[in-house]
This record gives sequence, C-alpha cells and structure tokens, in this order.
Amino acid sequence: MTTSADPRATFDYAPAPESRAIVDIKPSYGLFINGEFVDGHGKAFKTVNPASEEVLAEIAEADDNDVDLAVKAARRAHRGWSRMPGAERAKYLYRIARIIAERSRELAVLESIDNGKPIRESRDVDVPIVSAHFFYYAGWADKLKYAGYGEQSLGVAAQVIPWNFPLLMLAWKIAPALACGNTVVLKPAETTPLTALLFAEICQQADLPPGVVNIVTGAGGTGQALVGHPDVDKVAFTGSTEVGKAIARTVAGTDKRVTLELGGKAANIVFDDAPLDQAVEGIVNGIFFNQGHVCCAGSRLLVQESVADDVLHRLKRRMATLRVGDPLDKNTDIGAINSAEQLARIRELSAVGDAEGAERWSPPCDLPSHGYWFPPTIFTGVNQAHRIAREEIFGPVLSVLTFRTPAEAVQKANNSPYGLSAGVWTDKGSRILQIANQLRAGVVWANTFNKFDPTSPFGGYKESGYGREGGRHGLEAYLK
Amino acid sequence: MPFQPMLGGMVATQSDVEPTPFRDLDVTRSDSSLRRFLHGLPGVDQVGAEQRAAALGTRSIKTSAKAFALDLAISMVDLTTLEGQDTPGKVRTLAAKAMRPDPSDATCPATAAVCVYPDMVATAKEALGSSGVKVAAVATAFPSGRAAMDIKLADTRDAVEAGADEIDMVIDRGAFLAGRYLEIYEEIAQVREACRRENGESAHLKVILETGELQTYDNVRRASWLGMLAGGHFIKTSTGKVQPAATLPVTLIMLEAVRDFREATGTMIGVKPAGGIRTAKDAIKFLVTVNEVAGPDWLDPDWFRFGASTLLNDLLMQRMKMKTGRYSGPDYVTVD
Repeated sequence: MTTSADPRATFDYAPAPESRAIVDIKPSYGLFINGEFVDGHGKAFKTVNPASEEVLAEIAEADDNDVDLAVKAARRAHRGWSRMPGAERAKYLYRIARIIAERSRELAVLESIDNGKPIRESRDVDVPIVSAHFFYYAGWADKLKYAGYGEQSLGVAAQVIPWNFPLLMLAWKIAPALACGNTVVLKPAETTPLTALLFAEICQQADLPPGVVNIVTGAGGTGQALVGHPDVDKVAFTGSTEVGKAIARTVAGTDKRVTLELGGKAANIVFDDAPLDQAVEGIVNGIFFNQGHVCCAGSRLLVQESVADDVLHRLKRRMATLRVGDPLDKNTDIGAINSAEQLARIRELSAVGDAEGAERWSPPCDLPSHGYWFPPTIFTGVNQAHRIAREEIFGPVLSVLTFRTPAEAVQKANNSPYGLSAGVWTDKGSRILQIANQLRAGVVWANTFNKFDPTSPFGGYKESGYGREGGRHGLEAYLK
Repeated sequence: MPFQPMLGGMVATQSDVEPTPFRDLDVTRSDSSLRRFLHGLPGVDQVGAEQRAAALGTRSIKTSAKAFALDLAISMVDLTTLEGQDTPGKVRTLAAKAMRPDPSDATCPATAAVCVYPDMVATAKEALGSSGVKVAAVATAFPSGRAAMDIKLADTRDAVEAGADEIDMVIDRGAFLAGRYLEIYEEIAQVREACRRENGESAHLKVILETGELQTYDNVRRASWLGMLAGGHFIKTSTGKVQPAATLPVTLIMLEAVRDFREATGTMIGVKPAGGIRTAKDAIKFLVTVNEVAGPDWLDPDWFRFGASTLLNDLLMQRMKMKTGRYSGPDYVTVD
C-alpha cells in the first residue's frame, strides 16, 4: 500500500519567531543632542511592546530648554553642513544608507517590537525602503542645481513624525533635509521612539558631524515646543489632520516654511473588468497592511455593483487566510494595534458603524490575551452618510460601498475632506488614465496599492496636507 | 454569461463527482461561444500575480510543519523519466525508488506515481505490482503534440491497454495560440474517451498546458478552464521539455482556476506543476500556495502532484536532516 501523509492532518504552520537576541534594548534612553546622548529634563515616560504590553524602556522627555538646546545645536551645525560641498554631504548619507542596510535585521526586529507591525513588513518593506531613501537622496546632494528648486538650504528643520512607520517617516524627513544642506531636530512619536534612537547611534557610527541630526523624544508638548521654536526655519509634520491644523495655526504669521502630510480616507475603486484576484490582493494590502495604520490606506472600497457580490466573496475567503498574531512570527500578516488609545478609537468608530446600520464581518480568528488587537474587519452596506465612510479609522477596518457608473465612482471617491491617495482597478488602460485625471488625490495607484518608492513623490490634496515628499519634488520643501 | 453551474453549491469530495466533458453547456456549442466564455474570464494582472506568489514564498515553514510538508511532498511526487535513453532497467530502478524512496527508513512515504513513455508502461506496471504506486504515461505525441488525431488516440489507447493508471496528454498549443479553442476541447474530450478501459473504469487524465509556450497568465487561465471544461481530471503546467516550466505564479493561476471551477460546478480538479522544481524549499512554497489559494482540500496526492525527478532526493535529504539533526549529503540517498 502507498503510505501517504494523513489527508486529515492539516498544514498548520509551526511558530517561526524571528530572534530578539539581535537587539539590545537599554533600560533607559536620553535625548540625542549635538552628537551625544544627554538627559532630558521633562517627565520620563515608558515605551511598551503593544503585542504584550511589556515595558521596553524608559524614555527621556525633552522640555522647552532641551528643545532649545537641540535647535541651537542644529543652528551651529548648519554653518558647516550647509557649506560643505554636496558631494561631501553625499558621502555621509551613503554611509548612513549602507549602515542601515547592514543593520537591517536589527532595525526590523526593533521596529516590530516597539510598533507591533509584523516582521515580514518591517523586514521586507520598511527597512529596505528606509535604506533606499537615504541612497536616493544621497545621489541628489551634489546635483541640486539640476533639480530646479535652487541650491540654498533653509536652515534648521523641525520634524515631527508619527508612530505608524517610525523609521520610514524618519527617513522621509531626514534624508532630503540633509541632502539639501539643512540640519534637523526630529521628534519621534512617544509610543515608538526606539528605532529613531538606534538611528542616532547610526549617525554616531557614520561620524556625522555633531548637531546635524538631533532627536528629542516626548509627547505633544515637546512637539509644540519644537514647531513653535522661534529659531526654526522649516516645519515638517506627518500625522493627524487635527494636529496638522494646530501646527498650521502655530506657524501662521511667521516666516517658517511648512509641509504637512495628514490623514486620508482613500477610495479603492474596483471596476467590473478588473483582474479580480489581484484586485482582492490589492484591497487586502490596501487596508490590512500595517494593521491599517496607514494614512494612505484604501479604507473605502468602491466596487462596481455588478461584481460586488463576487468581489466580497473572494475578499472574505482571502481574509480567512490572514494570520493575526505575534509580530515577530515570520508568518504573521497582521500584528498588534500600536496603542491602547488607538485601539479604543478603532473600537469606537466600529461601534458607530454597527449603530448606523452597516453590517460588520470578520473572519474567525483567535486574538492573543495580552496586548492590543483588532481583527481584520469589513463593513458592508455602507453609504456616504455613514461616519465610517467619512472619518479616518486608522485601523484594519474597511468600509465597502458600491457604484454603478464611472462618473458615480469618481463623484463618491472625491466626496471626502481628504485627498491623499486612491486606487483604480481595471483591465482597460484608457479608463485608468481617464479616472486618475479626475481623482483629487495626491497619489493614484493603478492595479496596485500601497506601493512606495523613493523616486516617487507622495503627498495630499485638501485636508490631507500640502507639500510633497520623495522624488525630485521632495527637494522643494528643503531648498530656497 | 452563458455558463451555467451544473452542480452549483455542492462541494465535491474525492470520489463524489467525476469530471465529465461539459458538452451540454452553451459555452462549448461553437468556437465563438467558447471563445466568448474564455475571454470573459477575469483578466490576470501580471505584476499583482507575481507579487502574490512572491509573498507566499516568504512563508517560513519550520519544525513540525516542515516535517509534515516534506512527507506530503514526497507522497505527491510523480517520479519521472522521459528520456530517449530509457531502458527497462532504468524504469525498474525508478519503480523501486518510488516504492521505497528511503531504504533506511520504512516510515518514509512512497511517491504517488512513476511517469514514463507509453512503451515503458508494462515494465513499470510489473515492477510496481500491487504497491499502490500508480503508473502515469505521457501520450498524444508528447511533448510537442504535433501529430494527427488518430495517432494521438492510438498512443493513448496503447498506454491504457498496457495498464497505465494515468495519462498525461499535451494540448495542441499551436491551435490554442491560433484561437481554435473548440478543436482543443474536442481533442481533450476524445482523449478522455480513449482513457476508458473495457471494464468501464477510466485512466485519470492530466492535461498538460505547456504554460511556457502559452506565455501570458491570461492564456494560462483560459487554457486551465478549457482543460477542466473538457473533462481533464488534472491540469498540468508543463512537459518539462520547455523553459520556463512550472513557476510558482503559473501554478498560482491554475490553483485559482480549480478553486473557481469547483465553486462554479462542484467538480474538483487536480493540479500538477512539472519541471524545474528541484529543491525541498521550492516544493514547500508550492504547498503553501496550494494551502492558501486552493485550500487544504487540495493537500492530497489525489489532488496535487509534483512532476519531478531530482526533487525527490532533496526532499529525502531534508527529511533525514529533520530526523537526525544533521545533513548527510548526496552519498546517503540513492542515485537512480
């Protein structure tokens, strides 16, 4: 008789954890000012692993004086850094890019521990793009006169970044600023400071002149002190629209230059002639990538009514294969929600979805007992009047709406205060161009979603902010 | 759309529903209706499909899952020799290997089948006896398929009469690329008839699409549906004589096709990637794809096969490594 594997046995993937041994998390961290780690004078706070609620380290908080010291250090450093030939600045940036690539595993593991995102994403998406971003802008440093935005740096840039892509947002801010000859004071989010502090070590390892990069940790107060500091020439912020508006008010009437990259409620539009299996992958990637903590997430699915049932059937079947759990397991697709606060917001808006009559569906999945978790969720029967179709949930929650004609799709897609990104799925090339031209969104993806590349500019319309990051366009915000 | 599910909603188990040519359906009434149906299938976006396959390839299969996958993969191998230099001695050696892949370990599963040219079927059948390992024969003017229809049918009957349990036929790729879909449909259906034995049973039919010659994923999807509509029990990627042979994205598209076909008709069809899968690591990527795309029902030698020769020894070496904790090297597996 043929002895074959027992057909009743199932192919259960055994745990495949990435080792934590490669990272060395210190019990406490100071601020990185003028090339050195120094104590902060605010009230120290703790950063936790959102997958387990384990306290990882104590982080110094920068008070107004600390921020002032950091800005002064940046100002002093700007003199030498901005006069250095571009080719010399490029050497430092190339060196940083190489060190990031060499220490990529360490950075990926630390990012997953502090943020909760799956190691598959931090390893295959975040850290490789971070390195690529530094490589890309290193290449511009000695070619600024060909970019068309002038060659003179602005001075000191105050940069405040969010917790969803801690290291990647750092790279988007620091790489172009330094390439253009600016110096920076960067504040990472209070829930995810660890990779920024490891990046500070990398700056030391690269012998970056002191004060060119300064990192001050803290919460909203530190951020306010930084963007409000009178000796700052440029403010760059990525985060919520609410905070973005406050920053715009703070800098109003000053000569500070500002770029803001804020919230989104992107429409992912699936036409009836779309490549459906790949569209389903794009929908999944659009909303469940990074637990939906993505400002450009495809959180509104607009699907043509004639294929809506088919697409939803395929989508649900696909969602049932998503693996939710330990971010360090190499087979995890969806990790932990970054904080208790964010989890509460996702729960609150989902409850509103229920109350407004939308139908909620999640695949069966066991969530860990500790940490912050939310299952991948879709709401069907959503219409434009529902709050879950208008407000940014910033979690793994998809609102599904239908449309009948291309004109209706465009109208619904644009009917939002936001305008960061959008997706179009169709096999018809002419329709892609026609629809993309009508969408008021900074990025329109065709037959793909959530694709990032250092050469491609990124930014919003309307309440999604202004200014572009990435590509040649990204230089404009740091030159005069 | 003229295509009507015949057994809508029913989910097939192994012997529940026999694939039959779907002659009654409107879609096969004429060349143009068949064309309309096949071209009405949702398109495949190449970039997206390859990205999905690459993502599935990053799954990390370790410890108990790896042990399960290695045994399952061994049990799915169609151990193949398709050479001009094949002799009865070579085929008997291969048969012995198929029945007992690891002579030092009785717990090692046998392979699913031995795959040979029709003239070697009798030899293989005799060597395998009642072991349960099947004999598969390539037929229909393999590998090019360039012969008259009566010759292809005679080739098939010859193999079936010699005792072949399974027939691996090739489709006429020239006809496919010229858009003569009904011709291929008829060809498959006739070969399916030629697979019948006098006792009423039938050899299982695997339809080789030769995806390396069809080139586009849209073509792979259409050819898959054509093979299923015409009554194939399995759809198979390649002959192994054309490069590229079985790639992961092509197999992904075919697994989507059998999944969708079962949902539409209730009939379950098997998939066989063949050619180019040489390492255990690659084989495990295919099993992950089966598991997550078609579903665990296909994780069975009755529904998924690997057409391979060198793959088996790598699977065996990895299996020894799992058992003993160290790599042994090629001198510790039999070279056949």
